[in-house]
Amino acid sequence: MTEAGTPSSPGAWLEARRAIEDMVRDTSGRVLGALVRRLGDFGLAEDALQDAIASALERWPVDGVPANPAGWIAVSARRRALDRLRRRTTRVRKQDEVALVERLAREVEQDEPPDIPDERLALVFTCCHPALAEEGRVALTLRALGGLSTAEIARCFLVPEPTVAQRIVRARRKIQDARIPFQVPEREDLPERLSSVLAVIYLVFNEGYAATTGGLLRADLCEEAIRLARIIVELLPDQTEAEGLLALLLLHDSRRAARTDATGALVTLEHQDRSHWDRARIDEGRALVKRALERRRPGRYQIEAAIAAVHAEADRAERTDWWQIVGLYTALHSLVPTPVVALNRAAALAMAAGPRLGLQHLEDPAISVPLDGYHLLHSARADLYRRLGDAPEAARHYRRALELVTNDSERRYLERRLAEVTRDP
Amino acid sequence: MQYLLLIYEDQKIGATMDEKAQKDLMDAYWAYTQELKDSGAFLAGEALQPTATATTVRIRSGRTTTTDGPFAETKEQLGGFYMIDAPNLDQALKWAAKIPASKTGSIEVRPIVKFG
Repeated sequence: MTEAGTPSSPGAWLEARRAIEDMVRDTSGRVLGALVRRLGDFGLAEDALQDAIASALERWPVDGVPANPAGWIAVSARRRALDRLRRRTTRVRKQDEVALVERLAREVEQDEPPDIPDERLALVFTCCHPALAEEGRVALTLRALGGLSTAEIARCFLVPEPTVAQRIVRARRKIQDARIPFQVPEREDLPERLSSVLAVIYLVFNEGYAATTGGLLRADLCEEAIRLARIIVELLPDQTEAEGLLALLLLHDSRRAARTDATGALVTLEHQDRSHWDRARIDEGRALVKRALERRRPGRYQIEAAIAAVHAEADRAERTDWWQIVGLYTALHSLVPTPVVALNRAAALAMAAGPRLGLQHLEDPAISVPLDGYHLLHSARADLYRRLGDAPEAARHYRRALELVTNDSERRYLERRLAEVTRDP
Repeated sequence: MQYLLLIYEDQKIGATMDEKAQKDLMDAYWAYTQELKDSGAFLAGEALQPTATATTVRIRSGRTTTTDGPFAETKEQLGGFYMIDAPNLDQALKWAAKIPASKTGSIEVRPIVKFG
């Protein structure tokens, strides 16, 4: 418990506020889950929790942080829910609402600290329900489980705050009106529903990872996705794909500091300074993927993590075990037969067996037709021609890739490459 | 909670079926309806005549217009429905997935509004 009283300086106040925000974020998923279970009303629970968080942010920097912060927020949220219900029941009195109001009023009067059972799993499956629009799932998960505010989510995704608020309102309304249940899916439905949860987390991560503009706020999304993946692994320890996803995120994130140069341009895996890779993340990711694969229930995230682990194991790019990567992409392609996976396999094959064989594979219509509008197909071709010493062909394909690229740091990378191959001999 | 399961399917599929396939399909619907009834979830369910028999009525500025055909031309047409009672959307979706047309067409699941 911190000392009560007004903090001595604006700096101290800010620090107190930041500590409180962190605490709120760590406890909000638990408090919300318990509250939804108690109230049987997702929207009401969310509103009441937001009210409680707002009053915590107002009062704690002044009064000090209470000894049991989660308990304080839970008590406060229950009061706010009661206030909201009382206002609501005066308009339309429903039988079960009246009973709920009476029960809550008794509890609030007795001032019992509520139990906070861990309902985060039910919470995440509700937030990531496939009946909700994808962007609604993302916003709801980040807010409900991640404890992010609507404003923070808006800043991370570079969209206006009312857009995020509207996505959340729509998702909440559907949960209520279509009666999306607040429960962990039955065993037979678990793999399919879990994949929807993992897809949301992966999307959050990629949104942060793909962005090299927008600064640290966007990188926070990577941290947030890792935190969410950790929660899922903790709650569902026997799901190998959840472990696979966490491993994949850690291994990708380990390269974050080496992925861009001082000017913000993308540095490809081959040219990254591997001493800047985060060893702790690599070790944790490798251990996780190993443990998952040993359980012999492979899936796409585990295989993608294994590919990232092979890269992480090479201390220099030339020492990469490309044949192992080709094998892993072949396995991945049998599970996820998409043109992008085939493209990556061809690129790995070029590294293992030479650019000519890689180029031949890229001409496969299963890759070249659907990916004709995808810049990475053309930059892969360009890179292979460059390695063959065919500068005019390389330049032609870099130009085509530049017509299609949308990300700034990738554009700068391609422009530099194009300059290299068109330089006078 | 009550849900309406709307069955959308390309009606040409039924029209081009041979007799055996038609009978199998009828049997599948029969079995499904029976399962719904046995579980207590069944409230109503009917098949509709093809959209060639549809007539659409609109009143605009006090004038009634009656036109031949469904309200909109679509690739898949409303061909029937079930109304069921289910505790939540997950259960309703399970029933929807068991409708034979879910393999060839689409089932739209809509919660029913209860007034008062």
